Amino acid sequence: MKGITIYKGKATYIDRADIDTDQIMPKQFLKRIEKTGFGQYVFYEWRYLKDGSPNMEFELNKYPNSTILITGPNFGCGSSREHAVWGLKEYGFRVVISPSFADIFYFNAVENMLLPCTVTHDNVKLLIQKVKEKGEYYLTVDLPNQLIYDDENIKISFIIDQESKDRLIKGWDSIDLVLRFEDKISEYEKNRPSFFPTTQNFQYTK
Amino acid sequence: MGRTIIEKIWDNHIIYEFDGWHGLYVDLHFIHEVTSPQAFEGLELANRKVRRPDLTVATVDHNVPTTPNHSPITDPIAEKQIKSLYKNTEKWGILFFDINSPYQGIVHVIGPELGITQPGMVIVCGDSHTSTHGALGAMAFGIGTSEVELVLSTQTIKLKKPKTMEVRFEGKLSKGVYSKDVILALIGKIGVGGANGYAVEYTGNFITDLSIEGRLTICNMSIEAGARVGIISPDEKTFEYLEGKPFAPKGKEWEKALSYWETLKSDPQAKYNKVVTMNVSNLEPMVTWGTNPSQVQPITGRIPYLHEIEDEFLRNSAKKALNYMGLEEGIKITDIPINVVFIGSCTNARIEDLREAAKVIKGKKVHPKVRAMVVPGSTQVKLQAEKEGLDKIFKDSGFEWRESGCSMCLGMNPDVLAPGQRCASTSNRNFENRQGKGGRTHLVSPAMAAAAAIAGKFIDVREIL
Repeated sequence: MKGITIYKGKATYIDRADIDTDQIMPKQFLKRIEKTGFGQYVFYEWRYLKDGSPNMEFELNKYPNSTILITGPNFGCGSSREHAVWGLKEYGFRVVISPSFADIFYFNAVENMLLPCTVTHDNVKLLIQKVKEKGEYYLTVDLPNQLIYDDENIKISFIIDQESKDRLIKGWDSIDLVLRFEDKISEYEKNRPSFFPTTQNFQYTK
Repeated sequence: MGRTIIEKIWDNHIIYEFDGWHGLYVDLHFIHEVTSPQAFEGLELANRKVRRPDLTVATVDHNVPTTPNHSPITDPIAEKQIKSLYKNTEKWGILFFDINSPYQGIVHVIGPELGITQPGMVIVCGDSHTSTHGALGAMAFGIGTSEVELVLSTQTIKLKKPKTMEVRFEGKLSKGVYSKDVILALIGKIGVGGANGYAVEYTGNFITDLSIEGRLTICNMSIEAGARVGIISPDEKTFEYLEGKPFAPKGKEWEKALSYWETLKSDPQAKYNKVVTMNVSNLEPMVTWGTNPSQVQPITGRIPYLHEIEDEFLRNSAKKALNYMGLEEGIKITDIPINVVFIGSCTNARIEDLREAAKVIKGKKVHPKVRAMVVPGSTQVKLQAEKEGLDKIFKDSGFEWRESGCSMCLGMNPDVLAPGQRCASTSNRNFENRQGKGGRTHLVSPAMAAAAAIAGKFIDVREIL
């Protein structure tokens, strides 16, 4: 996959805490056996009204074609569904900025080249205020230097762990990384306790 | 300095290290129909193989119908997912407890029940409630689909070492209060992100006294506080529970396993990065009022007023939650009427849960305005309950008695709430639209759900026990 270094995009926000992956990708859309086709369903219940028309109160519709999402803390909590990240990516998001992320979501994001930027509470509030003021608000995210800045005078730093940063810059898949350790895996397997269960001898009776 | 059980299992499984990441060997990988198809697809596109089909177990739970004999499957897409699991397990030689198997069930119910979940193991599954298996002293956690693919092809998982948190529960529950109430109270106290980045070990005399099934409920909801791992050091109860189970070691191997398991418990001098203590003696039955599990109150309590919530983001969330739930701030929990009762899920659909609910409902009738259903956590639980006559108690009182599956916990099968319906549910998540579009979920214990079924509203189960 292609890596990320410096990225500029239009920002939108959802100013709530604890946005769970059931909201990001509602369960009725999980029934696919492909990784594609999820973008249209992102935040489905919030994006659309009962009659199927767009809910113009919702920030993704207020600020269309945004590619940077700013949110309250603990973004992506709940279900492990990676479909949430596939959907956000396909919708167009490249960066999510939040005071904190749920662990599984964070891993899923990095795995799919969606950049999770951790910034302070106050900076999230500041950026949301800016989107509200400007309407069309563009941010540049500089991953190597861990900086987020706008076209005026805002410049804030963000946190990301070193390994995720390297992988996002290089665009590596984690299986490629792990398969380098094939020998070590085989070696470990020789010494596993004999009493750990396997399905080998299980008599399956219907 | 001593080590915690988390550190012991971690250290025993490290295969590789780079940049602060550890590759851990995975002893057991559960797969199901919803989060595995894309992983198998990715594997095949890259010409990779399933490394250890013998350490992989499949079942169908998320989208299966719970009508008699799990049929008919009316949703063509659900059918496609189930078919692709048949195809993938057959192709790679993976043991599959399919829709007709007596061992079919919710993946987190069947693991312990089959005894394939054992102390000291690293267990993963593409489902966040995998933390459940920690109740038997395994380090178990949910993973995303890319990670499912990684585990299929390498039998390892790449992780940052979590910080450790000890949650020490002391005291003794009063009658009518259960492990579900304890874990809800904890989440209410520390918040849904309160354990992000931590692996949690539950300790204290309450845990020591608690049954294995009660412990499974506690560990199950660790993720609702943000912890991927929730674990309990194995003890005599754990060993007794496992002995004789289909996958438990036998004879000499049992002896070997036992002496290994006994080394796993956290050392008395072990240090945790954080310690939370809670006395459970004065706990009341808990009921969630909002759209995440931390929005919870005791049955004698009331919904908070918005002005009482200081944090702006949390206040915004609470405001939206009340709007979604169709509830007013400040009202009493006992003034909330309900029209659906769901007893099921990997949190609370094991045999002890059904027994507790049956005790409450026995000889009484479900309120005429309430639809109530029991969905056993596994086919084995269902058979056991039928042996004990619990099915009859439920059916006589007006409950539907169903086949096992995830069912209305997440509404991926036909068991869903209609818009505006309000449900007393023994599941784990009260997120918006989870049980059905526009459906409103209140999380409770099985006994409280049964009491609500009778009354048509939330009542204090302690008053009728």
